Amino acid sequence: MKTCLIVDDSRLIRRVARGILEDLQFQIREAGNGQDALEQCRAEMPDAVLLDWNMPVMNGIDFLRALRQEPGGQAPTVVFCTTECDMSHITEALSAGANEYVMKPFDGDIIEAKFSEVGLV
Amino acid sequence: MNSTVTEASVSFIAEVVLKRSGLILSADKGYLVESRINPVARKEGFASIEALVAAMRARPDEKLMWAVTDALTTNETFFFRDKTPFDQFRDEVLPALKGRSTLRVWCAACSTGQEPYSLAMLMEEVKGTYPGMKLDICASDISERVLEKAQAGLYSKFEVQRGLPITHLVKYFEPAEDAFRVKPALRQSIRWRPFNLLDDPRVLGRFDVVFCRNVLIYFDPPTKQKVLERIASVTAPDGFLFLGAAETVMGVTDAFKAIPAKRGLYGRDAGVRKAA
Ligand SMILES: C[S@@+](CC[C@H](N)C(=O)[O-])C[C@H]1O[C@@H](n2cnc3c(N)ncnc32)[C@H](O)[C@@H]1O
Repeated sequence: MKTCLIVDDSRLIRRVARGILEDLQFQIREAGNGQDALEQCRAEMPDAVLLDWNMPVMNGIDFLRALRQEPGGQAPTVVFCTTECDMSHITEALSAGANEYVMKPFDGDIIEAKFSEVGLV
Repeated sequence: MNSTVTEASVSFIAEVVLKRSGLILSADKGYLVESRINPVARKEGFASIEALVAAMRARPDEKLMWAVTDALTTNETFFFRDKTPFDQFRDEVLPALKGRSTLRVWCAACSTGQEPYSLAMLMEEVKGTYPGMKLDICASDISERVLEKAQAGLYSKFEVQRGLPITHLVKYFEPAEDAFRVKPALRQSIRWRPFNLLDDPRVLGRFDVVFCRNVLIYFDPPTKQKVLERIASVTAPDGFLFLGAAETVMGVTDAFKAIPAKRGLYGRDAGVRKAA
């Protein structure tokens, strides 16, 4: 079973995403900000990360840059999932090492399409 | 507004649509007629579908008939739909036709344009491998409404997240209000034409590859046969045809042959030999 770390400061979003990803056979872990996520990744790298942008303590883009510097941190497939949907944010995410990008609001179809785009399902 | 529609009106409308487009509406499609034709009736100033039908019966107004027909087309589509055909185009068709200086492709029921744009993007991605080859895409549909949208190349956040890799969004689109627009160079590389598959396609030219996906399913067998044979008449002897996942030429016509182990991909005789 593949693991996915859901990183979002909204418990509601984490719950919705968890439901969708569990249906896609992922084992789920959750983090409420980038710092928490980074610590969880240091302990054990997940196969995938679903990543919000704007969060307290450490935001998504800073988390991603830090993750890619970690030993083994190139491995997880990172899918941004955010309300930021202008080209400059998307480009910034890609150059920081994101693999795909979901623009909120999302649904199960979009998550499934994007995860299969990057070979996760 | 009266929202019920009689069986007689449904079958009158079904006949109008069948005659113009070949699309079959079975009698149980009353709900479809209701939901799609109510807005047409309202827009044309009728109080109900019944009033619209009465007017059409009294005076056959072609513009009205076409508005009704257009409203009953199913335009569902998305970028790189089903993925496999696009992989086959890249991995089978392009190598088989690599000698061409211009590869002429026809998207014969392109709906809102995602299919031809997917092909144009794909070609951009592989053009380094085929330096001498230019892609000439002709995209057509019976519905001028969808063609207008296709030509504008404006897609919602939702539409660009169905099948389109994010790297392609960044490379081939520009932001536009709350949506994304295909960049002008890509938009202008495609020829958009209103075209009814029941008509003779020679007016569009001749082609090396035809995409006719997810439209034959709505036709009856004789119409399927006629359409496929007409497509064959404008397809190069070593050319290819792509059909939708639920469609086949088997038992319909010999004008195209299935390419072994390549589902959905068909060749005229020479094409089959080259790709197999
Ligand atoms: C479901 S869409 C398919 C779009 C695209 N080829 C795909 O596979 O995603 C079917 C399209 O066929 C068009 N169509 C229906 N009857 C037609 C006809 N007689 N001639 C040309 N196009 C037709 C409809 O307007 C509609 O846009």
